[in-house]
Amino acid sequence: MGRYDFFGYRRENGRVGIRNHVVILPLDDLSNAAAEAVANNIKGTLAIPHAYGRLQFGEDLELHFRTLIGTGCNPNVAACVVIGIEPSWTSRVVDGIAKTGKPVVGLAIEGHGDISTIASASRKAREFVQRASEKQRESCRIDELFVSTKCGESDTTSGLASCPTVGNLIDKLDPLGATTCFGETSELTGAELVCASRAATPDIKQKFMDVFNAYQEVIDRHKTSDLSESQPTKGNIAGGLTTIEEKAFGNLQKIGRKTKFIEVLKPAEAPAKGGGLYYMDTSSAAAECVTLQAAAGFVVHLFPTGQGNVIGNPIEPVIKLTANPKTARTMVEHIDLDVSGILRREMTLDEAGDQLIDIMIRTCNGRLTCAEALGHREFVLTKLYQSA
Amino acid sequence: MTTHFIVHDKADSVGVVVVEDVLAGNDVTGWIMETDETIQLKSLDAVPLGHKIALRDLKVGDTVLKYGHDVGRIVVDVARGRHVHVHNLKTKRW
Repeated sequence: MGRYDFFGYRRENGRVGIRNHVVILPLDDLSNAAAEAVANNIKGTLAIPHAYGRLQFGEDLELHFRTLIGTGCNPNVAACVVIGIEPSWTSRVVDGIAKTGKPVVGLAIEGHGDISTIASASRKAREFVQRASEKQRESCRIDELFVSTKCGESDTTSGLASCPTVGNLIDKLDPLGATTCFGETSELTGAELVCASRAATPDIKQKFMDVFNAYQEVIDRHKTSDLSESQPTKGNIAGGLTTIEEKAFGNLQKIGRKTKFIEVLKPAEAPAKGGGLYYMDTSSAAAECVTLQAAAGFVVHLFPTGQGNVIGNPIEPVIKLTANPKTARTMVEHIDLDVSGILRREMTLDEAGDQLIDIMIRTCNGRLTCAEALGHREFVLTKLYQSA
Repeated sequence: MTTHFIVHDKADSVGVVVVEDVLAGNDVTGWIMETDETIQLKSLDAVPLGHKIALRDLKVGDTVLKYGHDVGRIVVDVARGRHVHVHNLKTKRW
């Protein structure tokens, strides 16, 4: 037994999950009603409604498919029922998920109508959920765990303590072979050269700078101000953060003091180089970023907050930590770990990092996060440009 | 002894208030994490939890350092002990 072993669900392809969801996944906005009806019929299933999937094209369409397929492939998902308005794109999602070997079926609404589709989908969902309910947890190693991180409604306490606590965890788990991920491209502005210096090789450094500069071009093209109140947000500013540069240096504390990142991932792209820290090109909006990380196969998320972001995700448990004593007191039902003791010098960063590892392993073993208990299931697809 | 504000690096121009009750005229104690030093100054403003206090006089155009790095430029002169935020500090980017 390793020190950080945990009990997870080993899937058909060998990957390890920490939850055992049977997902009813709509291909497009039109199929949300049917998906939600199936989840209402069959207890223990989970519908993941969303806003898109029609008239998308090019790279934006590829990202849509990658995100939906990745969500179904995530090892926190035991089985999946896909419902789409028409059969062809529905099959594309089903085929993508089927490569994992997990049970998956697709149903199309055109030519059948909602009621008949819901009946057929419900019969399959009943079969899947009963099969999933017999799946047992088994002992898994820390090098089989995929951990993502992103912070939200940050304030200066995030940069002082809660983000460095995540960094402490990453510095401890990286040598043990865990797979970890950070993102938030726009939120590295001002700290991009420091971030680039943490790339494992010159090629990866250049790849990071190319992605960073491409995102800056998007902002430059569309901006009407210095983005104050958007990035940093109104909440960031209320919490004492003034500029994007200040926010960026706080954000970057999450990758620790020594861990290098070994690859630059496209949005929702699954890591393919084995254990290590990965950078993913994402928006800094919480739900968009976590949705992309979950679609890339990350199974547990670490989320430092300052002012009290309440985000969850339907399939990837989101563990929240704060160092803001007021937030820990006034939003106690949202906070899984209070590290405000660091600011009072009652707790060291090293102790906080150990406490975060402990709550993360307990969450992997089945403990519900605050966001899960409160029913937070934010699933937000990243849209690269207008639909046709 | 209560730590009222924390400073990341010795070189920083600002510290972060980490208690909820810093008022104008208070004598406040700070901790520099990098060097584990304790410093004292008088707060000239009420500075909310999480907000920044100037550790030295800052002039228009000065670069503000936090984490030992450039986090923006001063746009209104700031005296040591004053509240530093969006009214006197702006981004150099975007």
